Amino acid sequence: MVFKNLSYKAQRKIIIISFSLIPVVLLFTLAYLPVFNMFKYSFTNWNGYSKSFDYVGFDNYKTIFTDPKYFSVFKVSLYYFAASFVQMAIALYFATILSFNVKFKNFFKGVLFFPYLLNGVAIGFIFLFFFRPDGTLDTILRAVGLGDFIQGWLLNPKIINVSLAGAAIWRYMGFNFIIFLGAISSIGKDIYEAAEIDGANRWHQFRHIILPSIKQIVQLNLILAISGAISAFDIPYIMTGGSNGSNTFVIQTVTTAFKYNKLGLASAMAVVLLFIVIIATMLQRLLIKEDK
Amino acid sequence: MRKNKVFFGFMALILVVAMMAGCSSNKNTGSTNTGANTGSNGEATEQTGKPSGEITVITQRTDIVDTVFKEYAAEFNKIYPDVKVNFQALSDFEGQITVRMNSNDYGDVLLFPSSIPLKDAADFFEPLGEFSDLSKEYIALEEKTVDGKAYGIPTAVNFSGILYNKKVFENAGVTTAPRTPDEFLNALKAIKAKDSSIVPLYTNYADSWPLTQWEGSLTTVAGNVDYVNVEQPNSDENFVPGKPHYDLYKVMYDAAKEGLIEADPTTTNWEASKADLANGKIGAMVLGSWAIVQIQGLAENPDDIAYMPFPTNASEVIMPLSGDYNLSISKQSKNKEAARAWLDWFVKESGYPTEQVGGMSPVIGAELPSSLKQFEGTDIKFELKSPAKEGQEGLVDKIDKEGEIGLNQPEFKKRIIEAAIGNTNESYDDIMKDLNDAWVKARAKVAQ
Repeated sequence: MVFKNLSYKAQRKIIIISFSLIPVVLLFTLAYLPVFNMFKYSFTNWNGYSKSFDYVGFDNYKTIFTDPKYFSVFKVSLYYFAASFVQMAIALYFATILSFNVKFKNFFKGVLFFPYLLNGVAIGFIFLFFFRPDGTLDTILRAVGLGDFIQGWLLNPKIINVSLAGAAIWRYMGFNFIIFLGAISSIGKDIYEAAEIDGANRWHQFRHIILPSIKQIVQLNLILAISGAISAFDIPYIMTGGSNGSNTFVIQTVTTAFKYNKLGLASAMAVVLLFIVIIATMLQRLLIKEDK
Repeated sequence: MRKNKVFFGFMALILVVAMMAGCSSNKNTGSTNTGANTGSNGEATEQTGKPSGEITVITQRTDIVDTVFKEYAAEFNKIYPDVKVNFQALSDFEGQITVRMNSNDYGDVLLFPSSIPLKDAADFFEPLGEFSDLSKEYIALEEKTVDGKAYGIPTAVNFSGILYNKKVFENAGVTTAPRTPDEFLNALKAIKAKDSSIVPLYTNYADSWPLTQWEGSLTTVAGNVDYVNVEQPNSDENFVPGKPHYDLYKVMYDAAKEGLIEADPTTTNWEASKADLANGKIGAMVLGSWAIVQIQGLAENPDDIAYMPFPTNASEVIMPLSGDYNLSISKQSKNKEAARAWLDWFVKESGYPTEQVGGMSPVIGAELPSSLKQFEGTDIKFELKSPAKEGQEGLVDKIDKEGEIGLNQPEFKKRIIEAAIGNTNESYDDIMKDLNDAWVKARAKVAQ
């Protein structure tokens, strides 16, 4: 038909444009436009629904950086940051073991990845029951004779963030695990064979073959872990609503926007968060480049 | 040439798509026009007898939307057979509706969200009539009246106080409902002393919204119907000792400090707490009257579940009445006549206020619910809060939001409990001073 008579070049152009049009339109309307609006709102005092609002310049940003209430919550992120290292260590451990020949390999893969597929709200409720007094955790501890270690897991303000970070590890470990596993399985079998002939044991193989080969992936996971730690939200929000010292920056943002109707200020907080994540990522990339 | 034609055709397609995208982002300016148009349409249909068409009713009652509300629709259709009523229930009504109200699609009949300030009412809702006319028919319209026009009618009229298990109190030797904070705390202590497995006062800290129920009793503590809307916004001493807010939350702090609340507040469970109160494992909970029906429904002997005013040192005991959510009609509704028919029917005929909410009907002269009859012959007064002075409508809310105090939010109540059980180093006076400072600052800013 008409299309057939076109030159190869024109055909290619049409195909490229028509195929990319829809994703680009979607990307623009659902990602860039809202971000652009967020920047705009961050300079206003909009309450989230009124038809009118005023531009207030940098007032919102001034509030965020001068009132300790908004920034002190980043302390809590440190717990999630520390937890992300534990999470990666466990993920790497399981990925390495399951990359060797083990029985029921696929079953274990499924079991480890499963929590990541669960809905965050469900996980919140599971762990709420898990941490209740006389809940699952206490019962298990008693059963194995560790009853003396029972704590108010969410009651004690010194422990609450550790408990919540623990739930976060359980949830996100599967994701790290599957990425590590994919990277490890791309390493050629011949290298292991050569190493075995040289008398390398499993630890040597891990240290000198696996780890260097997946360095890039470890770095990627690290970036994801840091931005995840800074923007920790769903588990603490569902389980505690940010009370008892478990408030995070994102919970604070949601509270500001939807409880106090300060959407302008909350937008400014979101912009600040965006920049912090960008800076953290860039810093990391710079440091890693020097490494090479 | 041919090539060009196709290319231009394609470019035209892109243009059309781009224009459509452009239109959708311009929705807001377009919407005001269509809104005005449908307004005149609505008036036109009013002359032609009974309303017909389809309306969407948005409700927060996810629990009964598929059962009781379906029956209501059937009843309604007996009178208005040509109106099809669709329901949408939002589990997080407040959070979701304010977002939807940025569009034109927020139903025909909906509840007036409590976070929308009164001054914006005319932007979103249809006036239901002059206050002076409607107030002959309904009570508690003041809350949603602006410039003499009422924008909502309460779905029910509630009262605030404490829901308690009479048997638990009687077993501990407390036969009459405590009147003052001291008596109340002593009663809680007596319950604890009698049987330490009973939680005397359950806060529902983890679910957090039940904590906001305390604020409703402010009028009782003040002993003055003017306090909330008239005196409070004109005072710089809102949280200082001796003022109602200080006394109200002191009860919460003291109870928590004395260990009279649940052992681990961070893992409470609302659904379980309802059953526990009904079965006598919990002594009391601070909840609005809407909860009475729900708890009585779970109790073996519904007569054990009783209601009392919040303890107060004031000379007279006032049980404050306040409108539940108000029913309103969207300004964007395409079928306002049918929407109005539903609204009137729902408020007057459905029986919702007393049967489903356990409160009073807002219709003047309607029969009192059974939960109120126990107070007949006592010195407890049922009164509505006075409305704010002219020009000060919604001022309390404005100061509250500006200062991020959260009178109707759980945040500072949680802070009080955290401090009382020793999780933080703050004293009760520290928290109150902090809140008062925020109040003074915000009041000054709002007054500008």
